[in-house]
Amino acid sequence: MKSLLHIRREWLLLAIIAVIALAVGARAPVFLTLRNGMDIANDSAILAILVMGQMVVLLTRGIDLSVASNLALTGMVCALIGKAFPGVSIVVLIALAVAVGALLGSINGWLITGFNLPPIVVTLGTLSAYRGAIFVASKGAWISDQDIHDSIKGLPREVWLGLPALVWFAIVVLVASSVFLKLRKEGREIYALGGNPHAATYVGIPMQRRLRLVYTLSGALAGLAGLLWVGRYSIAYTELAAGFELTVVAACVIGGVSIGGGVGTVLGAGLGVLFIGVVNGALPVIQVSPFWQQAISGAVILISVAVNARSERRAGRQILERQGAAA
Amino acid sequence: MKAWNTWERVLLALLMLLLVVFGSTQTGFMSVDTLADSTFNFSEKGLLALAIALLIVCGEIDLSIAAILALCSLAMGYTMRAGLGPWAIGLAALATGVVAGAVNGVLVTRYKLPSIVVTIGTLSLYRGLALVALGDQSISGYPEVFSTLGNAYLGEVIGVKWLVVPIEFVLLCVAAVGVGLVLHRTTLGRRIYAIGANPVAARFSGIEADRYRFALFVFAGLMAAVAAILLTGRIGSTRPNIAMGWELDAITMVILGGVAIEGGRGSIVGTMLAVLLLGLFTFGMGMANVTGIVMSMVIGVLLIVSMVLPKMLKNRGAHA
Repeated sequence: MKSLLHIRREWLLLAIIAVIALAVGARAPVFLTLRNGMDIANDSAILAILVMGQMVVLLTRGIDLSVASNLALTGMVCALIGKAFPGVSIVVLIALAVAVGALLGSINGWLITGFNLPPIVVTLGTLSAYRGAIFVASKGAWISDQDIHDSIKGLPREVWLGLPALVWFAIVVLVASSVFLKLRKEGREIYALGGNPHAATYVGIPMQRRLRLVYTLSGALAGLAGLLWVGRYSIAYTELAAGFELTVVAACVIGGVSIGGGVGTVLGAGLGVLFIGVVNGALPVIQVSPFWQQAISGAVILISVAVNARSERRAGRQILERQGAAA
Repeated sequence: MKAWNTWERVLLALLMLLLVVFGSTQTGFMSVDTLADSTFNFSEKGLLALAIALLIVCGEIDLSIAAILALCSLAMGYTMRAGLGPWAIGLAALATGVVAGAVNGVLVTRYKLPSIVVTIGTLSLYRGLALVALGDQSISGYPEVFSTLGNAYLGEVIGVKWLVVPIEFVLLCVAAVGVGLVLHRTTLGRRIYAIGANPVAARFSGIEADRYRFALFVFAGLMAAVAAILLTGRIGSTRPNIAMGWELDAITMVILGGVAIEGGRGSIVGTMLAVLLLGLFTFGMGMANVTGIVMSMVIGVLLIVSMVLPKMLKNRGAHA
């Protein structure tokens, strides 16, 4: 058992996912078909995009609870603009979604760095503020299928080189995050300041600038996800994706991203997304009530953090700055 | 830590301002009956806020508290279906709360896990179990006594007609006084502050920090159970989505009440003032026909402003 824990946790998680997939496949062979695999990938794509933003924030010991509200608000703004200007092209809409999302994210970053406030509280506040803003923007009305701009609806249905457009978006975001975190100076600095903020300040890492960058990034990705979400489900309303921020954090935690900052990889977080996608895809196939989904993901979060804490001697530091709990 | 500080005075002033503004703009707001009735919509949340205040002062947090409430309500439903009486139903709720809180406590203290992650996990788990058990069904038909607990006024029960204080609010006040006394007037309370302010120093000075943390998580479960009994009685039914999202409301109350999220600072007086402030605010806005979602937006903005404002004032003071 002990040696098992020394294997890189990404491979362990991959093995668990494979076992689940095979076990479900043994009962219902349809689960292992390419078509089903595509469905799962398509369903997980939006989550993967959000998870990359959240992971970058978690690396700095922060948290962004406002992602789902940001997603819904940006989605609503895009839907409204699409409705008001039928001639607008998809490129403009994508740019708009990213820009609106980035703006909302940068408000988080500005509040956190400008006033030295705890991220969890700031994003808790913007979580409700952005959610309410959707209601104000839409006057409470739903924008349903026939009013959603055709190019917004069309985007998730495109297939490029055999893969759905949503999966392409997710792949691009995953690769870009990987490059950013592994090869770019800013990316390495984010790990450094999450691992040890004091040391990072001493070596001259511009902490405030990097923090603003990560919240803006998280916001921009949430904005992109908002456009894709509205397109995929062809609807925009006030309660869109409510509570999804917890799924996003859950995927990060399952993927081994430490809430205490400084620890986490794109591969791990991606596998965390895949895990949630496979479990969600498997439940209806083996005829388990979809109501189990939430309970299972809760149990998995608890198990994976417990395993994490055991395999890494270094206990996770938490956002609330409780240091040296072992002392 | 003093129970009365600058922030508490600011809150009190805001509360007065709110009463004046709503009292002069909304006809009927300032009547005793209206004010008494307004307490119904924040009494249960207030109970949750008290428990969360203690946890946050101690440097922990419990995001699963509203999910525990749902589980407790579920336990009440099943006990009733099993044909047991009101006492058993109440006890089932309390026992469920204690067990659910203890699970949080064990995970945080035994396995040294950050409470925010643990309680995000148990939030999903507990709420998920409630969903699995009930699906899209609901349980109703609780004994009369629960409806009385949730809906009646103290005056009606003890036979003093003019005393129009809801029983729920009385319970909230009793709990607040109890928690306040413990936190501000006993060694136990001082130690909770010490753990929140500096866990390492607290441990070195001989405080069994983990025992306190564990106890506070169990207490949070217990308060969730009490809130579950009141809420289930008030609305007369159990649904899996009962009290959904209340953890964020309760945390907002606590933060607005001046409790520092990083632990070690804050007071119960502040928390209770914030509970009253937010409760009356939402009630008054409701009277003015403002939708719930707009209110939650205003509350979100208030939460941020309440943190930014003191810092801005302090900065200005430092420059001058």
